[in-house]
Amino acid sequence: MVRLSDTATGNDETAALPGDGLREGIVDGLRSDLGDRLLDTHLLPQKDLWVRVQPDAWALTAAALKTQGFEYFCFLSVLDWLPSPFGKGEDDPEAEPTEPNTEIKQGYAGGASRFQVFARVTDIKRHVGVTVKADVPESMSVPSWLPHYAGANWHEREAHEMFGIGFEGHPDLRNLYLPGEFEGFPLRKDFPLLSRMVKPWPGIVDVEPMPVVDEGEGDAS
Amino acid sequence: MTMLNERQQLSYIAAQAADARLNVELETEGMTLNIGPQHPATHGTLRIIARLDGEQVVWAEPVAGYMHRGYEKLTEVRSFPQVTTLINRIDWLGSFANEVPFILAAEQLMEIEAPPRAQYIRTILFELSRIANVSLFLGDLGVQMGAITPVFMAFRDREYVLNLIEGATGGRFHPNFDRIGGLKDDLPKGWIAETKQVMKKLRQFCDEIEDLLFGNEIFQSRTRGVGIIPADVAKSYGLSGANLRASGVDWDLRRDQSLPMAWDQADFKVWTHPDGDSWARCWIRLQETREATKIVDQLIDNIPAGPVMAKVPRIIKVPEGEAWVSTENPLGEMGYYVVSKGDLGPFRVKIRSASFNNISITPWVLKGVYVPDIITILASLYFILGDIDR
Repeated sequence: MVRLSDTATGNDETAALPGDGLREGIVDGLRSDLGDRLLDTHLLPQKDLWVRVQPDAWALTAAALKTQGFEYFCFLSVLDWLPSPFGKGEDDPEAEPTEPNTEIKQGYAGGASRFQVFARVTDIKRHVGVTVKADVPESMSVPSWLPHYAGANWHEREAHEMFGIGFEGHPDLRNLYLPGEFEGFPLRKDFPLLSRMVKPWPGIVDVEPMPVVDEGEGDAS
Repeated sequence: MTMLNERQQLSYIAAQAADARLNVELETEGMTLNIGPQHPATHGTLRIIARLDGEQVVWAEPVAGYMHRGYEKLTEVRSFPQVTTLINRIDWLGSFANEVPFILAAEQLMEIEAPPRAQYIRTILFELSRIANVSLFLGDLGVQMGAITPVFMAFRDREYVLNLIEGATGGRFHPNFDRIGGLKDDLPKGWIAETKQVMKKLRQFCDEIEDLLFGNEIFQSRTRGVGIIPADVAKSYGLSGANLRASGVDWDLRRDQSLPMAWDQADFKVWTHPDGDSWARCWIRLQETREATKIVDQLIDNIPAGPVMAKVPRIIKVPEGEAWVSTENPLGEMGYYVVSKGDLGPFRVKIRSASFNNISITPWVLKGVYVPDIITILASLYFILGDIDR
């Protein structure tokens, strides 16, 4: 019997994986499109590429990347670089409270603001992806990616409700998850995780004594 | 616009006709249909609001969020090894596959790699969770169109795979078996022989489903030419996995990136289909289940000897940095963007789940279709609610 499986196409060839030369070429292409609005780049050898652009060039970057072949939209979200003023919620409640660390330190490709939008797009033909970052200015909004990547719609709605970042040009920034009258922005670091505030993490009290093993022995199961 | 085949053109015309009707405000009174959140065809609590004109949808909007659990926030108050418990519950039908990209991201930041034996076992368990996940999809597909038998077959044969996963990890649905640096345990005795038997059964299951369901005339007429997504739209929405490959895009993260996993040791085919309709999406998943059984068969004979755990410190602190790792999960591209500040736990984890993007296309694809097709299109896009809401 002829199965339907025999009729369609398939491919089992492995294409060449991207090298750093390809990633440097992407940076050069972006630089010619954006000029000095491309602020910083970070290349992790044989792994990945980060670029940071000026906030007003955020949508322009999407257009430039799409023309370069980055047609596949992966995700868009926001980073809040403020260290959590509540710690990790695992601290011993009876211990002396320590002074919270308020130093804001950005990650790869630098930055200057507390909030950064970041997104990732992939070039399916060349098998390479790039993470783009931009500082969020004081107006707390950046241009929307929706004209260039349709998939940005829900991601921007999520970023808006979770971090309070506006996206200029997005037609409908309704809440995606939260009820409409919800106050506050849950994924911001200064939004307390109330369940941890009410009841401390049980892991503090229920700790079994660790078996005595020399440091560096491995076997950390 | 790129070249479209005939079916895709028809779908465009239907969508434009729906647009036109919305714009001229015909006298026929429209109707708003609410599907869900508690509807058996929605696999959980996804709600669809559809504006109808007669039997045709002019506008549809999914409402997510009935199951949002805030995992991204919760990861920030946990240590790295504790996070796997949470992410097990994102796509609960393929739990082990959820753990892998997160663990790989943490390992990438720590600059360690699991020993080869652990890589092989990880890959095998990954593919087993794909089989468990997708075989349920294949059975469930029939139910959406009124065929009851396939779902019983699927539950019967998925049980074998779940038993295997339970035998190796101790958990049927939430294995929580992956550790930074390797795996919790080695495989139990007799597991390999049993796995080979089960893979034979699963291939037989695929043949049965292909004859019973895919060869069925009703199934074909309900899915062929319905819910067409052209390749450029699919890429722009970030569709991934079988949904993207069904639109003719040859993209599989198992093959197209280099990860410390054993996929490059196996010979398998990445299936694509040019049509981009519901049929193509279902058919690609059937082929993927077959390929997954072949991958398991090839790898299981060649598992290298050695430890399953690399040397890692007892208290895991992940150095400062950022890492993005994604893998080809049963539902599509699942990835974690992990930011570490050198503490016991992550500073921020962005979870990119496949269903979130896959379902965000529904307002586009449901425009212009008929009411019964809403159910088949949603089924063919295949989402798990926990994977949308996280």
